[in-house]
Amino acid sequence: MAKAKLEEIESPAMLEEFYRQMLFIRRFEEKCNVAYRLGKIGGYMHTYVGMEATAVGIHHAIKPTYDYMITAYRDHPQPLLLGTDPVKVMAEIMGRSDGMSRGKGGSMHVYDIERGFFGGWGIVGGHIPLGGGLAFASKYRNEDRVTICLLGDGAANQGVVFETMNMAALWDLPIIFCIENNEFAMGTRLEYHAADTELYKRGEPFGIKSERIDGMDVLSFHKDMQRIVDWTRENQKPYWVEIMNYRFLGHGAADNDRQLYRTKEEEDAAMKRDPIARLEEILLKRNVMTREKMEAIDEELTDQVEAIYEQADASPFPDASEVYDNVYTDMEPEKGH
Amino acid sequence: MAAVEVATQTMSYRDAISKVLSEEIEANPDVFIMGEDIGRYQGTFRVTQGMFDKYGEKRIIDTPITEAGFTGIAIGAAMAGLRPVVEMMTMSFSILAMDQIINHAAKIHYMTGGQAKCPLVIRGPGGAAKQLSAQHTHCLEGWYAHAPGLKVVAPATAIDAYGMLRQAIRDDNPVIFTENPGLYTVMGEVPDDREFVVPFGKANILREGTDVSLVGYSRMTQINLAAAEKLAEQGVSAEVVDVRSLSPLDMTTINASVAKTHRAVVVYEDWKFGGFGGEIASRIAEESFDDLDAPVVRCGGLNVPTPYARNLELECIPDVDDVIAAVQKLG
Repeated sequence: MAKAKLEEIESPAMLEEFYRQMLFIRRFEEKCNVAYRLGKIGGYMHTYVGMEATAVGIHHAIKPTYDYMITAYRDHPQPLLLGTDPVKVMAEIMGRSDGMSRGKGGSMHVYDIERGFFGGWGIVGGHIPLGGGLAFASKYRNEDRVTICLLGDGAANQGVVFETMNMAALWDLPIIFCIENNEFAMGTRLEYHAADTELYKRGEPFGIKSERIDGMDVLSFHKDMQRIVDWTRENQKPYWVEIMNYRFLGHGAADNDRQLYRTKEEEDAAMKRDPIARLEEILLKRNVMTREKMEAIDEELTDQVEAIYEQADASPFPDASEVYDNVYTDMEPEKGH
Repeated sequence: MAAVEVATQTMSYRDAISKVLSEEIEANPDVFIMGEDIGRYQGTFRVTQGMFDKYGEKRIIDTPITEAGFTGIAIGAAMAGLRPVVEMMTMSFSILAMDQIINHAAKIHYMTGGQAKCPLVIRGPGGAAKQLSAQHTHCLEGWYAHAPGLKVVAPATAIDAYGMLRQAIRDDNPVIFTENPGLYTVMGEVPDDREFVVPFGKANILREGTDVSLVGYSRMTQINLAAAEKLAEQGVSAEVVDVRSLSPLDMTTINASVAKTHRAVVVYEDWKFGGFGGEIASRIAEESFDDLDAPVVRCGGLNVPTPYARNLELECIPDVDDVIAAVQKLG
């Protein structure tokens, strides 16, 4: 049975879908960076380049739009995978009226509540209790959802993480804490911010099932996540997962000094683990896809992203009259300067 | 048409809160209460007494002493459609949860462009009890009222506690519901009506007068009522305006009172400097300038961390004599 399932997972169609999704995220994020440099995107923006296997692997392990998901500010790929209109995602990042939040959120605050994606939060670690609350709600209603709570290695040091782990274990909340360990808390390397760099161990004192897995090989990662999601759904208990990956670009678009915290040599070595290049090798080796096909897909996705950008850029900025909308559900706040 | 007679019961402010909590728990399966020692221990101020035994651990949830964590869990649960009521053992402890409340709960509806709601109530005693010292005595309602996205109410009577807490639980926005340790034993008539609500944003004239408006909320309204009684003996007719709701704020009623009395004293237990009373005073000055015969005066708590010694503690909190002194300043 297990073998049959494995083959099914790795069908050529599935492999192509993984490939398309990872490449789409990369091209989307690269376009965001270009737009940022052009001044079309402002504020803080954090892209997912290099970490695509993590988002795609998780997406295929959950029941998309049924399970809950919450993350910090590296939040573009999750809604794109869940089927949110990419024009609305790009428009939000550009602060336009067609954005998911009509330009009120921006890059760090993308949400698609209907699809179970609860954002999109800017305070490092602050969203983690909220993730606990999502899992609490599904448990309270006797549903079999799981909550994916993504956090960075930097966030793993915040006090509320430990508070939430304690309550998740105490109350058997079906939440999977997914630490996207990209080795840097903004510009501070893991060994300078964590007393014990093996972050996966932090679940153990709470009696939470814990493990460290590779997040750069989408196939092995997807299988690991599927096992973890299935266990969590079945047992309705928390799981603590340290996902090892690497971001290829800066912490955010405003981070132009990567050499302050890592060397070019280190980056070059990390690039050799590029999850997209790794999948391409597998696709070639298994005769699933030719180089020519890959190039054609790349061209198609690049054009698609270009069209998304053009449409988003055509969206107007929100009208000034909207500034008071949605402060409250049923009233306006005090007005005027 | 004759008004429908509704039976009332005389009960304490504490029991009025307890009553509405029980009624809303029974009315809506999505309502639950969480907080420290609220269940098995029956609540530090006994507001939730008996509820754990009656409704069970699913609805009445004892939490660890981790205010930021459990407040965040309540916020997440609210985003997912439940209606949590969080008890802060004292509002002072909500400072630990400030990031969750200000940075998360208050901004959810706005940052999602209206996609998500956060129907959450945070309630508990704020202000001085008796010799609880500097760390357990904060009045934080002004801090919260400062943040758009939160509604903040501070009822002074049993009936308002009863009607406003039901409104808070049924509200789709995060509501800070501040009680006061000194109010729990205040008695009043409470209607026997499971649908009774007091809407937010409506101040209430508790005593009519013609010479000065005493504007306050929470326990200071009770002080103002006592001060008005004494002032009457001195021939001064004071009107007592119970603000009740800080956000939204009913300036219409406050301005109308000032138009009648031409003088205003704003009384608040919070530190006088930078407190919410300053907001009310400045609004009266801006909006009722032509009606005023004297500058608006504030009467607030002393600007010190609340001391332990009972005489010093009492010195810090505005009392009847302080209010009368403030009125006398108006000339």
